[in-house]
Amino acid sequence: MQIVTATHHVGDWTVVTVAGDLDVVGGPDLRQAVMREVQAGRNRLVLDLTGVDFLDSFGLGVIVGALKRVRLLDGDLRLVVPEPRLQRVFEVCDLDRVFEMYPDAQAAGT
Amino acid sequence: MSGGDENADDDMAVADFRPGEIVLEIPARTEYVSFVRVVVAAAAEIEPHMDVDRIDDLRVAVSEATTNAIEAHGLRGVDDRIRIQCNLADDEVAVVVHDQGMGFEPEEVPTLPEPDTPERLLHEDGLGVHLMEMLADEAEISSTDSGTDVRLVVYSSKRRRKKSDG
Repeated sequence: MQIVTATHHVGDWTVVTVAGDLDVVGGPDLRQAVMREVQAGRNRLVLDLTGVDFLDSFGLGVIVGALKRVRLLDGDLRLVVPEPRLQRVFEVCDLDRVFEMYPDAQAAGT
Repeated sequence: MSGGDENADDDMAVADFRPGEIVLEIPARTEYVSFVRVVVAAAAEIEPHMDVDRIDDLRVAVSEATTNAIEAHGLRGVDDRIRIQCNLADDEVAVVVHDQGMGFEPEEVPTLPEPDTPERLLHEDGLGVHLMEMLADEAEISSTDSGTDVRLVVYSSKRRRKKSDG
């Protein structure tokens, strides 16, 4: 199953739509997708995790890595995390204090 | 074999049988992690007092332990299967993930810098043990140079209520 299902733009943000399990299997695909966007010069990214069924520390690590990568290029990363189940994983690791989280992609891109 | 011996065998079988125990052995390959999550979550759902939120916590904790176990086998270069035991009791679900990797010192897992410091972004990994400890009601790691057992326990709502009342 493809972990990144689509990309589109909201304002000057590139929204990467993610679906499925963001774990040791799905995580590397997301890492590659982020690298592709960054290499193409798009470093203001929104990761839309609305369709993510499962997130663990591997997926969190990929998201932290994505933030680090875009910030090195003066970009930024925002997250769409509407599911309390996923929000909890961020909270438990204090990462809700690191990332800007939005309820939907439209809100993240404005 | 005499009838008496047969009875002895039967007694042994009864003694070994643990009601509510499910044992899973998987190849040490990452493709099987999601399978383990599905089986453990489905097993936990059998316990009528287990909240959905707690099952979600258990899924994440078990995923961490299983991923670490697979990585440990990879590092050691062993093909042996990884064993996952799931015990359903009246008021808890306990899962033990056993690997035959080289082991590690849980105390040596580095503590994470504060989230509002730039150093925090240097840590793309190392969250697994923290997540297991935070999400499970009990998380115990026993590691030697011949393998690691991670025991994760999640209590039912009935037991959590009793604990908070007491």
